[in-house]
Amino acid sequence: MDMNEIKEIFFQECEEQLAELESGLLKLNDGDRDPETVNAVFRAVHSIKGGAGAFGLDDLVSFAHVFETTLDCVRSNKLEPNQDVLKVMLKSADVLADLVTCSRDGGSVEDSRTRGLVKELEALAKGEMPSGGAAEAPKPAAAAPAAVAPTDDSGFQPIPFSFDDDFGGDDDGKSVFEVTFKPRRDLFSKGNEAALLLRDLSRLGDMAINCDTDALPALEAMDPEETYFSWTISLTTDKTEQDIRAVFEFAEWDCDLEVNEVAAQAAEELPMVPVPFDLSALDDEPAVAPAAAAEAPADAKLAAAAARVEKKEAAAAPAAAANNAAAAANAAGQTIRVDLDRVDRLINLVGELVINQAMLSQSVVENDASGTSAVNMGLEELQQLTREIQDSVMAIRAQPVKPVFQRMSRIVREVADMVGKSIRLVTEGENTEVDKTVIDKIAEPLTHMIRNAVDHGIESPEKREAAGKDPEGTIKLSAKHRSGRILIELIDDGGGINRERVRQKAIDNDLISPDANLSDEEIDNLIFAPGFSTADKISDISGRGVGMDVVKRSIQALGGRISISSRPGLGSTFTMSLPLTLAVLDGMVVTVAGQTLVVPLTAIVETLQPEASAIHSFGANQRLISIRNSFCPLVDVGRILNFRSTQANPVEGVALLVESEGGGQRALMVDAIQGQRQVVIKSLEANYTHVPGIAAATILGDGRVALILDVDAVVGASRGQSMKQDGGALKADVSLAAAG
Amino acid sequence: MSYIVKNLAQGDRELIAFRVGDQEFCVNVMAVREIRGWTKATSMPHAPSYVIGVINLRGAVLPIVDFSARLGMRKTEPTPRHVIIVSQVGSRIVGLLVEAVSDILTVTEDNIQAVPEVASSLVKQYARGILAIDKRMICMIELDSLFPENESEAA
Repeated sequence: MDMNEIKEIFFQECEEQLAELESGLLKLNDGDRDPETVNAVFRAVHSIKGGAGAFGLDDLVSFAHVFETTLDCVRSNKLEPNQDVLKVMLKSADVLADLVTCSRDGGSVEDSRTRGLVKELEALAKGEMPSGGAAEAPKPAAAAPAAVAPTDDSGFQPIPFSFDDDFGGDDDGKSVFEVTFKPRRDLFSKGNEAALLLRDLSRLGDMAINCDTDALPALEAMDPEETYFSWTISLTTDKTEQDIRAVFEFAEWDCDLEVNEVAAQAAEELPMVPVPFDLSALDDEPAVAPAAAAEAPADAKLAAAAARVEKKEAAAAPAAAANNAAAAANAAGQTIRVDLDRVDRLINLVGELVINQAMLSQSVVENDASGTSAVNMGLEELQQLTREIQDSVMAIRAQPVKPVFQRMSRIVREVADMVGKSIRLVTEGENTEVDKTVIDKIAEPLTHMIRNAVDHGIESPEKREAAGKDPEGTIKLSAKHRSGRILIELIDDGGGINRERVRQKAIDNDLISPDANLSDEEIDNLIFAPGFSTADKISDISGRGVGMDVVKRSIQALGGRISISSRPGLGSTFTMSLPLTLAVLDGMVVTVAGQTLVVPLTAIVETLQPEASAIHSFGANQRLISIRNSFCPLVDVGRILNFRSTQANPVEGVALLVESEGGGQRALMVDAIQGQRQVVIKSLEANYTHVPGIAAATILGDGRVALILDVDAVVGASRGQSMKQDGGALKADVSLAAAG
Repeated sequence: MSYIVKNLAQGDRELIAFRVGDQEFCVNVMAVREIRGWTKATSMPHAPSYVIGVINLRGAVLPIVDFSARLGMRKTEPTPRHVIIVSQVGSRIVGLLVEAVSDILTVTEDNIQAVPEVASSLVKQYARGILAIDKRMICMIELDSLFPENESEAA
């Protein structure tokens, strides 16, 4: 594993920590005062800082450090996390996230923004702290750079273990500390080692160490992963308590640590017997112990050996510590990282298994009419098993929508700040799971909608107050499962759609005729029309013109639907319904000129059996079908796809009424409907090439390939738009071998 | 055509020979993933005449090319006795419909003769050499040139 890989893991972990950080801060913002929440927030920043230090990411470290310091004040109840404080902290979390991104992808964060926040954070840390507080006391001579109040943010040293003799020299400042250190089970499972910590401690000054072995059980009763020793150290040093604690910085969560200052003389009067102890003996195990202190080093060596055993065991079985309370607080669940390609391969194979199993069943049924043989019974069980396997495999790709929702809260904050509004984002159902590809693709349209809601949806505080509403606006983002799809709702309590203005705008933009008679709902949905934007002044927040039509298109590209309902003065609700996965599609299986095709169900409005009287010729070779007194062009799918050279007789077939992207309905003529089915989408491009009029392929239960119709392209072709029919064959020829 | 010699100058090669019509061709065995029997393919709209359609190869969609038609010879009427040579062409997989696999050959570069100068550009495009084995003539094909990786190369 090279450095870059390790770094990549660090950045992945940063993402998790940042998510943790943000959710923690939001919890605090909602009035949660659970110390564990504060701890989680602190831990997140702390871990980022620690990792960043190891990679020499100085910007990140110094900012994280200041942030951490302020958080520490909250943790030690010196600073009340009220709304104002949390506002600064949420902004800091955003900056921290930016810094992480910059460290990974290059680029830089606005310096002024970082500096401003650093100042705010420092002011918080300083302003609220009691004067006697150990953390802040800037003892002139001995103050370590890691201590709290560095007034210039570049003065911070990222390496906590290097406070050596640079500051020392005057014996006058020396004092004696009594340090009690008892590791917990988790310490070793996280790769820390007591011996190393003690050695670092020994570098701070003269120390006497005593190992308490009372808790050590008999060998047969010993749990190799448990910790039995504790150490009491008497340390004479010119450093501060802060410095001593800094030694244990990364072990702090997993040990009981007490640091008390005692008078210099008291060291000799301690109830324990201090044994001079050469810690270097721990470094090379078989070193001969100095005879004078034979007992103590032996103890210590035993401890070290035990520690090693523990370390090994812990490394071999990291899950063993999971039942520990601290670990439970640490992580929401046990996870492993798996390459997405591997998962996809597994999904492919399982899909194939399902098809094979279906084919096998088919042929057994054909050869064994009675259906009672042992083979049949076995097949039934096999069928059940394969279904279960398929479900579990698909579940691997499913992820909660939480990360996307969390990103939205940042966008709300930033945009609200920019437009001078006060807005709260409430999220609901963020643990609703959906396929990863859907999550990846939903973020962009959702961002757009959120920006719109903040910019146009919610009114300014003055307007809201005038309307008798809470000056703080609320946007609610919710997700839930409904009948095999995920439903995402975006509800704002703003002014709602101004129908008069939307209507006027649509007339101005030639989207509707001035005398069109539209229902409220139809007017509301006009905002999805291409080239429609209601904001009077174009802002840099929600862009110009490219508005909700882009959102609608990207939702449709995912096989989803979007609609709006609005009540004037009370707000609007956007409802998106998306498939749980992009790997499968609900389709109608149809026959066209002897070929089996799949038409995506989302495109189909209705199906009907045309009567001869409803078909009207229109021009040379166009035909229209009248449906409830409106005329709709008839499109012969077999003709468009070149499956046959003459138009089929519509009366013998079935018409699928479809709605396409450009609006407008078409009746697609097919020969027969075989049924509805959920099909697995297979790429045609991987080994072949893009085919005009065909979106993808799928494999049916009989093992044959069926093509999935690209309704938009077919409708476009019927409108006279080129599907590259004349040059199509040539193009396919050339690109048959073209890279997918 | 000195570059051909250079291309082949790496000791023995293993080739799979197959029959199409009354001619024999061969391709490098390393390009062949598997050989399977003919199954009915789903025809593709707007496809060139030599693309018969696509079949399901363990979950992947595999295009089937009529090798005879691709070389400009007569179209094949596939029967269950025909075979599909599943081959790797660049990053993609293509199935070649041929009449039968006839031989597996191990040859050295000495066995390979240069392609004589002929007028057909199609022949020049795909033929990489000629083998004389047991009085048979076997034409060595480079699949990558038959199905170029991208359009710029094809042009």
